[in-house]
Amino acid sequence: MQLLGRSICCVRGGREVFSGLDFEAASGQALAVTGPNGSGKTSLLRLIAGLLVPSAGSIDLKGGGTELTLPEQSHYLGHRDALKPALSVRENLSFWRDFLGGDAGDGEQTLAQIGLGHAAHLPAAYLSAGQRRRLSIGRLLAVRRPVWLLDEPTSALDAGGQDLFAGLMRDHLGSGGIIIAATHAPLGIETRELRMGGAT
Amino acid sequence: MTLIDLANPTKFLSLTARVLPWLAGATAILLLIGCYQSAMAPDDYQQGATVKIMFIHVPNAWLSMFVWGVMSLAALGTLVWRHPLADVAAKAAAPIGAAFTFLALVTGSLWGRPMWGTYWEWDARLTSVLILFLMYLGLIALWRAVDDPSRAARAAAILTLVGAINLPIIKFSVDWWNTLHQPASVMRLGGPSLDRAFLIPLLVMAVAFSLLFVTLHLAAMRNEILRRRVRALQMMQASQQAA
Amino acid sequence: MTALAALIRRDIRIALRVGGGALIGVLFFLTVTVLMPFAVGPDLALLTRLGPAILWLGALLASLLTLDRLFTADHEDGSLDLIVMSRMPLELACAAKALAHWLAAGLPLIIATPALGLLLNLDAASTSAVALTLLAGTPALTFTGMIGAALAVTLHRGGLLLAVLVLPLSVPVLIFGVAASQAAITGPLSFGTPFSILCALSLVSFVIGPFAAAASLRHGLD
Repeated sequence: MQLLGRSICCVRGGREVFSGLDFEAASGQALAVTGPNGSGKTSLLRLIAGLLVPSAGSIDLKGGGTELTLPEQSHYLGHRDALKPALSVRENLSFWRDFLGGDAGDGEQTLAQIGLGHAAHLPAAYLSAGQRRRLSIGRLLAVRRPVWLLDEPTSALDAGGQDLFAGLMRDHLGSGGIIIAATHAPLGIETRELRMGGAT
Repeated sequence: MTLIDLANPTKFLSLTARVLPWLAGATAILLLIGCYQSAMAPDDYQQGATVKIMFIHVPNAWLSMFVWGVMSLAALGTLVWRHPLADVAAKAAAPIGAAFTFLALVTGSLWGRPMWGTYWEWDARLTSVLILFLMYLGLIALWRAVDDPSRAARAAAILTLVGAINLPIIKFSVDWWNTLHQPASVMRLGGPSLDRAFLIPLLVMAVAFSLLFVTLHLAAMRNEILRRRVRALQMMQASQQAA
Repeated sequence: MTALAALIRRDIRIALRVGGGALIGVLFFLTVTVLMPFAVGPDLALLTRLGPAILWLGALLASLLTLDRLFTADHEDGSLDLIVMSRMPLELACAAKALAHWLAAGLPLIIATPALGLLLNLDAASTSAVALTLLAGTPALTFTGMIGAALAVTLHRGGLLLAVLVLPLSVPVLIFGVAASQAAITGPLSFGTPFSILCALSLVSFVIGPFAAAASLRHGLD
């Protein structure tokens, strides 16, 4: 399985954010997208996720042998955590597991894995920022998808949370997954770097 | 919520635990006496047996306004002294007040059926009570809409006080609106001409319903305090790290 | 199928819990209806004649007002991104959200109608006629209003703008809804004709609404 981007051009609000961008990532590889603010890291992730349309170029996932599109095989972990404060921790997770479908994991085991087993029955409104982030990460585990698109995944996580998440990413890469992460901080795993906004 | 905040409600809880059974007992006895006296009261020469609805209707109508008064006092407690029990008192009173107001509306409409031939007439009294009911519902909706109890308490307190100032104005304008459209009010009640045979059961029922309110209110306040403790404990539990 | 059921279940749950807006719609409906007699006077004969129109206007405003947050809430917390990316066609997800909204906010309006009919001096037959037309017509309001709710995501604002966008679209529903209820109460027109058109409007909106909403969501994301 290989994720290939060829001469991608991104225009937002009449401004060219970047152009002629090439990247590739194969199974088991992690790509760290770095660069100053406004260089288009989030835009690139959203392009891959199909939430933005590139004005030129192509992004393809080769291999894998399914008819699913790239967004349907991707997890997107954005700044906003897609949690409903009125629902309990367990309800939030099991909703995304049922809605995103695919191979459903064991919900309780996932909650224990991300360190929220003790809070499963509580409303998500009671969670701290770091705990909310952990719960979003739980979504990546509850449904298996080969491509993880992560936008500043370790922000709000404490040291323990970062170690935990590094371990989960390593497992994902080990099982043949692909990770594209926009980040300022080291992720704690071996990555190749894609530097954005160097030219302009 | 800190432990100091809980200290006062703790005293409240232990005190009410002792008082509540007596209050409930007194309420039940008075209600029984009131119902018996109401049943024994003579029929009205015009209205027949339907006049007995009055013994339920009037206490409910009186309480519908009294409860808003209680909530206004509690609102002052919230805004001026920031006393946590005042929040609890205001929140616990709202659904009870709404229930009394609803009963006043239903009994009023049942009473109106033989008088007017319809269940609902846009009579000045009933209409004012209906507006009061809507304000209760709005207040309950406000309590439900804000998740953080202390923020909700301040918003609700302001609305309660605005309502308390506005209620007489509403009452006045509804009366004016009503006389504009129909010169004579269909239903006249109470007044000094009420016979002793009606007055005594009515007073007993009024006292019984007031006691009922006090009992229900204290019990609801206890529930609300316990609910907040559960919430505080849950938030503590959420912030714990998994061992 | 589980994905569809999960989405509907989630939206209904959120609507009914603390902070949800389902019951506020009913309260709004009640308040608007109660206000009317103050404007037109407490004449019962007049209220009987205006009753169906008042109830329809109240239900129309109540169901549009609660639509405001249908997509913006999901947009603000990022859920909408994941819904767009999912394997479920966006049109289907839109339809599911609209259905959940109708179940949580539209159905209670219909259940409240008899109590309000009492206030407007409508008899049992007239009230049930109005309730029946609301049952057939409010889905059309929700499914066309959904288009406005989706546009609100693109425009980053809702509220009054949503009402301005959607109210003209709901004119046909209002016309035939009130016509059908009037026909049942006073005649001389037969109830069947306007009622069938009302049902047809709902069915058409089931098709147009989700497609238009999904299209505007796809273009509106950034």
